[in-house]
Amino acid sequence: MLQIAFFAFIALTLIGALTVLLTRNVLYSAYALLLALLGVAALFVFAGADFLAVSQIIIYVGGVLVLVLFGVMLTSKPATTDTSTTVASERPNAVLTESRRSWLGVLLAGCLFLGLSRLLSSAHFTLFDQPMSTAPTTIDTIGKQLMTEYLVPFEVISILLLVALVGAGYLAKRNV
Amino acid sequence: MNPSLSTTLLFVAAALFSIGLAVVVTKRHAVVVLMGIELMFNAVNLNLVAFSQYDPSRLQGQVFSLFVMIVAAAEAAVALALIIQVYRHFRTVNLDELTNLKQ
Repeated sequence: MLQIAFFAFIALTLIGALTVLLTRNVLYSAYALLLALLGVAALFVFAGADFLAVSQIIIYVGGVLVLVLFGVMLTSKPATTDTSTTVASERPNAVLTESRRSWLGVLLAGCLFLGLSRLLSSAHFTLFDQPMSTAPTTIDTIGKQLMTEYLVPFEVISILLLVALVGAGYLAKRNV
Repeated sequence: MNPSLSTTLLFVAAALFSIGLAVVVTKRHAVVVLMGIELMFNAVNLNLVAFSQYDPSRLQGQVFSLFVMIVAAAEAAVALALIIQVYRHFRTVNLDELTNLKQ
């Protein structure tokens, strides 16, 4: 039963990611990205990372995906018949050269996947022989780690978030 | 979860990373390229979490992937602000048509 759910969530993740790759509609790919991110959150639960699964849902689905949807809406083109526009794809009868070969990118990704899977199938990780975690939750360990071993990165990343917030607000302002 | 399922998780992460790379290389819309980068971040997080399960006393992988998530969120915010500014300036976000540094 657990295995069936595990492989179902793997299928959800990969189908979502493949839909991002295959669809031509930007809004559809945003919703397919939602599926993929939720599937990754479920896989985190299977790998014993409950706190990260909740963070994934809050940060990615609640934050990044809403930002991406705003980006899609704010950059959508209004339907125009104006011939004086300077953008090539908006002009009627514009001739766009077909210089991009998209199968090359897919071929590159396929070769990368083949190489990685050959590497993974021939590798034997000694870490996987170690005893596994039996703790019911990881929240207390992560909390202790953030307050002791990773205290400096934790503080630095709060500064980074503040800088990114101010910078994004400044960049998105009109008439910079 | 037994080690064979952890290995399965590594294969899923490899597939997710390859799909993300294909999205980044082939798509022309800037927001979709950003989505591909997010997919690649998620693949890396999946790898870190899969290994972190065997390190229950320190959980270095999970803490590191928490940091990766936060940096990804900051990166998405700045990148979308840039994309909106580029759209205001050039009236397009098609990466093939953005050929000028200044217009």
